[in-house]
Amino acid sequence: MTSQPSGTYVGMPAFPTAAKEALDNHQQRKNLHHATHTIRDKRARVVGEVADWEALRVAGAAIKDEVLTHLEDYLVQLEESLTRAGATVHWARDAAEANRIVTALVQAKGTDEVVKVKSMATQEIELNEALEAAGIHAWETDLAELIVQLGHDRPSHILVPAIHRNRAEIKEIFTHEMGKVGQPAPDGLAAEPAALAEAARVHLREKFLRAKVAISGANFAVAETGTLCVVESEGNGRMCLTLPETLISVVGIEKVLPRMTDLEVFLQLLPRSSTGERMNPYTSMWTGVTPGDGPQEVHVVLLDNGRTSVLEDEVGRQALRCIRCSACLNVCPVYERVGGHAYGSVYPGPIGAVLNPQLRGTTSAIDKSLPYASSLCGACFDACPVRIEIPELLVHLRTRVVDEKRSHRLPSGEELAMKGAAWLFSDAKRWEKAHKGAELGGRVLGKKGTLGRIPGLGAWSDARDAPTPPAETFRTWWQRERGTEK
Amino acid sequence: MALPGEGVRVALFATCFNDVMWPETPKSVVTLLERLGCTVEFPLAQTCCGQMFTNTGYVREALPLVERFADVFEEYDAVVAPSGSCVGSVRHQHGMIASACGQPALAERAVDGAQKVYELSEFLVDVLGVSDVGATFPHRVTYHPTCHSLRMLRVGDKPLQLLRHVRGIDLVELPEAESCCGFGGTFAVKNADTSVAMGSDKVRNVRSTEADVLVAGDNSCLAHIGGLLHRQRAGVRVLHLAEVLASTEKDVAKEMAL
Repeated sequence: MTSQPSGTYVGMPAFPTAAKEALDNHQQRKNLHHATHTIRDKRARVVGEVADWEALRVAGAAIKDEVLTHLEDYLVQLEESLTRAGATVHWARDAAEANRIVTALVQAKGTDEVVKVKSMATQEIELNEALEAAGIHAWETDLAELIVQLGHDRPSHILVPAIHRNRAEIKEIFTHEMGKVGQPAPDGLAAEPAALAEAARVHLREKFLRAKVAISGANFAVAETGTLCVVESEGNGRMCLTLPETLISVVGIEKVLPRMTDLEVFLQLLPRSSTGERMNPYTSMWTGVTPGDGPQEVHVVLLDNGRTSVLEDEVGRQALRCIRCSACLNVCPVYERVGGHAYGSVYPGPIGAVLNPQLRGTTSAIDKSLPYASSLCGACFDACPVRIEIPELLVHLRTRVVDEKRSHRLPSGEELAMKGAAWLFSDAKRWEKAHKGAELGGRVLGKKGTLGRIPGLGAWSDARDAPTPPAETFRTWWQRERGTEK
Repeated sequence: MALPGEGVRVALFATCFNDVMWPETPKSVVTLLERLGCTVEFPLAQTCCGQMFTNTGYVREALPLVERFADVFEEYDAVVAPSGSCVGSVRHQHGMIASACGQPALAERAVDGAQKVYELSEFLVDVLGVSDVGATFPHRVTYHPTCHSLRMLRVGDKPLQLLRHVRGIDLVELPEAESCCGFGGTFAVKNADTSVAMGSDKVRNVRSTEADVLVAGDNSCLAHIGGLLHRQRAGVRVLHLAEVLASTEKDVAKEMAL
């Protein structure tokens, strides 16, 4: 069984290098092909049922844009509403600050373990690792997150983090790992979904009943009421949100919605886009503390971690509309072949390719390469429930990567080639002379028609033959046949 | 009976790579449009739409080409190109490039001008109102809708409407047709392994149709898929939509005689 080390993404290689390795993982490719096509088809079916889907997308984008335009106002309103409802609000500029806050809150409760609701924000800040370093066990309770955690693996999908695993691999992980951290898997565990789910249920139950503190994220945070909302499928979230005495929620600042009624739009968009369901099984909402019911101590950590710098970019900021549905991953032809690990982030796929270089900057090898990890086929935009123009954003970020290179070193081979080609195209006479060169090549290569492996052009010709230029270009033909006028 | 293109003056935008690498494609556009009654002109000052620069991150290098395109084609009522991708670039990127480079006046000209730039199938079906162009092509054919024609231009089934009217054609549906072939411009070399993995799946689907000819509206995608097919000695050739639509009974007879 191959498994990637858990933990940090620092030092990830550029996407093409990581992708090459991933493409050779035959089992993963098979698992991904099956899983992405299944979810893709389900999504297409349930989206097709909604007559006003496009209007919903437009509304979703408009609400998010309204939030992003007046983010400061809505965040202040959210803090007031939460405080009024008995919650304690904390502000975290970055991952380190958020981790410090959460660790201190857990330590103050005198416990060495927490149960967790699936949360992208806490993965982004690597909270589990921070808690572990402070001697606190963070138990993931979402089935797929549990598989990833027990397998010492990394998530490879936003919604289905163990999408790269099949049931036989999951059986192996449960059999070998569950006993090390709690209730072991039953003897002779079958590689059947029902048996695997039951093993997870039994394993998790004792943790739910024992834990004093739960940690969650939130899909939405309503400014006018201070209501947080978690959307899930398994009921593990509901357990975490209701049983423990203390609830700590780490929420990205872009998750705020102005009004309760805005949920009408997003609770239609999200389940259909993510799991391909008309409605998700569990929608939990809580507004601060309700005396005698559920957690009596409620904390909300509002996390920036790069989001305000994304906001500064007028084109780039639309990536903050994202509601983490993962529809773009499921339809992406690159993700389908390569999987999520090669993106070097908890946010893989098309949205990861536009979000990570903005949140983390374009300094590392992986973040410089992510804007290029796309054929710009446009399937992601069509699937996005909040109409994020991912292809346009990718091009925008490619420009940023190139401009940064231009500013602080000698021109690269690519830059020289691009400048040379631009020079050629900037004058029709020059371009015409280039035709003569192509025609000469065409005549020399004669009727060969195609070329096999070409030295120096391995990236193209290792797997693909290349066409030879013709003996006469169109322009020459036109001038010969029709004269030099137009 | 009047021909559908009578009195219509069209500028052909050959696109740079068709001009140099696949001259038969723009020649076929000339043949086809003239057969339908259009007057076709080829403004010699044209070069490239700039897409390769834009999509690789070299917007500054693309800017002069945006201006050149606007200058060269401004005087025409209709500009036709045999490439969904290049038309997509003109229509969806030229204005954005000019704006990003702080040239609002050029952006306005580019956006206005782009409205009369058509991909071949759009021009035939939407402007001339024809779906039967009088073509004959007696081969088993499958059609790959290229991403930019499908998702940038939204040409829908226009190319298929045209192909369905071709005499003698045995048109078979391509499984997973709307999946990207993996070309993606410089993606094909920057991410060559992933590009080839995507292309291999496309090739498998093409071969499953038992078609003799794979047709598409972009020679760039066809160079990638065709390069894979040829490396495998698959015996499937690739052909631009324009060449199928230009083909007549006479051409078929000539081909048979060879």
